[in-house]
Amino acid sequence: MSAEITDDGPLRVRAPGEALAFDHVGMTFPDGTHAVDEVTFGVGRGQFVTVVGPSGCGKSTLLKIASGLLEPTRGSVTIDRDRIGYVFQDPTLMPWRTVRGNVEVLAELHHLPRDERRRLAQHAIDLVGLNGFEDHYPKSLSGGMRMRCSLARTLTLRPPIMMFDEPFGAVDEITREHLNEETLRLFEQEGFAGLFITHSISEAVFMSTRVLVMSARPGRIVASFEVPFPYPRGSELRFDPDFAALSGEVSRTLRGRSPRKTMNERSEGMAAGRAPASRTPMGPGGAAPERQ
Amino acid sequence: MTALPGPTDAGLAASPVVIESPTARVDPRKGRGRRLAEVVVPPLALVAVIIGVWYFISYQVVERRFLLHPPHDVIQEGFLTWENLSDILDGLRYTTKVAAIGLAIAFALGIGIAVVMSQSKLVERAVFPLLVAVQATPILAMVPLIALWFDTKTTARVIVCVIISFFPIVLNSLFGLVSADAGLHDLMTLHHAGRWTRLRKLMLPAALPAVFAGLRISAGLSVIGAIVGDFFFGRGERGLGQLLKQYSSSTNTAELTLATVIVSSLLGITVFLTFGALQNLVIGKWHDSKSGGGR
Repeated sequence: MSAEITDDGPLRVRAPGEALAFDHVGMTFPDGTHAVDEVTFGVGRGQFVTVVGPSGCGKSTLLKIASGLLEPTRGSVTIDRDRIGYVFQDPTLMPWRTVRGNVEVLAELHHLPRDERRRLAQHAIDLVGLNGFEDHYPKSLSGGMRMRCSLARTLTLRPPIMMFDEPFGAVDEITREHLNEETLRLFEQEGFAGLFITHSISEAVFMSTRVLVMSARPGRIVASFEVPFPYPRGSELRFDPDFAALSGEVSRTLRGRSPRKTMNERSEGMAAGRAPASRTPMGPGGAAPERQ
Repeated sequence: MTALPGPTDAGLAASPVVIESPTARVDPRKGRGRRLAEVVVPPLALVAVIIGVWYFISYQVVERRFLLHPPHDVIQEGFLTWENLSDILDGLRYTTKVAAIGLAIAFALGIGIAVVMSQSKLVERAVFPLLVAVQATPILAMVPLIALWFDTKTTARVIVCVIISFFPIVLNSLFGLVSADAGLHDLMTLHHAGRWTRLRKLMLPAALPAVFAGLRISAGLSVIGAIVGDFFFGRGERGLGQLLKQYSSSTNTAELTLATVIVSSLLGITVFLTFGALQNLVIGKWHDSKSGGGR
C-alpha cells in the first residue's frame, strides 16, 4: 500500500528480474480435489508466460494461489502482493459506476488523492482506447468494451505483474484477436510480467514468450515451449508457417501425452531448455527466465 | 447464504422482484405518445367496464340501495360535499403521516438489521428465526400488548405500521447485500479492502436494486399498516382507519365508506408509483429495472 505510483518510478520486485515464482506448489481442496501439483516456474519482468491446459486442470487455481486469493497446501509462492494486476474471466465491473468510476476504483482502494486517481484513470482509459466513453455505464457497453474497461482498471496502478484468467473467452473471435493484440501492445509499453491462462493454443502461442502446458487434474506442468517470435507481433503472425508449426507442437503435447508418464522427462526437458536464451527483445527482465 | 428463506417462507415478500406486468414491455419503434396510450388506455378501459358493472349491480341486482350505492352517489357524498370531504382529507393527511414515519423507521431498522446480518453468519442465524416469528404473528394478537405498553395515539399506530412493513426491507436488503458479485469481492480482497470499505463500495451499492424492490413492497404495506393501526387505536387524531370504522357502522354512510376505500386505494397507488419513480431516479441510469431485482 505504501508504494508510490509515478509514471516512470521504480517498480519494486522481490527477486531481480523475477516478479513471480512458484516453488513446488500443490493444492488440495478441503473436499479432496487435487487441483495442482508440483508446480515450479517463474515469470520475470518482460516475460509473458501462458499456461494452457484442458478445462478443469487447475489453471485458474494457479492464478488464485499466485494472487493470494487461495493459500497453497504445499510449496510456496514468491511475489510482491502490493499491486497485483488481475484480469478476471468476466469483466467484473461495478454496474453502478461509469467507465471512469470503474477504472478509478483501485486507486481509491489504495487511498490515492483524487487528482492522482483522475490522472491515472484517464491514462489507462486512453491506453485501452476507451476515451469518449468515460461517462458510460457498463450496461451500455459491448462485451469487448467492457473487457477493455476491465483491462484499464487493472492498468491504473501500473502493476509489475499482470495475471489474466482466461479473460477473452466470452467475446467473439474477431474481438478476441483484437484484444490479444492490444494486450501485447500494453505488455510492450508497460513491461509488466505477464501470466496468462487460456485453453486456446493459438492465443497462447500468439501472446507469449513462453507457453507452459498443464496436464489434467492434478494439474502439473508437463512441457514448456519458448516462443521465438519477436515483438511487436501483428495479426499476420497468425498466418506464419512457424507459428502454425509451434501451435501444432503445443497441441500435440496437450492432447497426445499421458501427463504422468511424461512428467519427468518433460521436466528435465524444461531444465535443459534454459540453455537457448529467450529471443524476446524485452530488455533486461527477459534475461532471467527460469527459477530452479 | 444458506439461511436465506425460500419463496415459501416469506409469504408476501418472498423474492426481491419488482412488480411489473410482464407484458408491459413497449416497442421502441413506436412514438412516445402512442406508447403512453398503450400503457394508459387498457387499464382505463377496464376501470370503465368495472364502473359499468358497478352501475348494473347497483340498479339491477341489489334490492336495497345502501348495499351498493351507484358511483355518482359516492362522488356526490364523498367528494363533492365539503364536510365529508374535509373529514376524509384530514384522515388522509394523518394516515399519510403515520405511514411516512412508519416507513422511515422500517427502512432504517430494516437496512440496519440487514447490514449487521450480512456481516456475521452467527448474527444472521440468531436473528432470522426471530424476524420470521415477528412477521408470522398476526398483528391482531399484538394490538392489546401495544395498547398496554404504549399510548394509543400516534406511537401505537406507527408501531403497527413498522411491524407490518419492515420485513420485506430486511429480506430484500439482505438478499442484495450478499448477492454482490464474487469476482468483485475477489477484487476487494486483492487490494486489501477492509470490512467497511467492502460494505460501502461494493455490498451497499450492489444491494440497491433489491433494496428498492423491498422498499416498494414495504411502502405499500406501510399504508396498510397505518390504516390497520388507525382502525384499532381510537384515541388521538382520526385517520382513514377510524373513518372506515365510523362510516361502516351505519347504513346511512355507506357511500362514505366506499369513498374512503377509494381514497385509501389511491394513496396506496400513489405511494407505489412514487417509489417506482424514486427507484428510476436513483438507479435507473445503470440498472435495468425491467429485468427484476437482481443485478
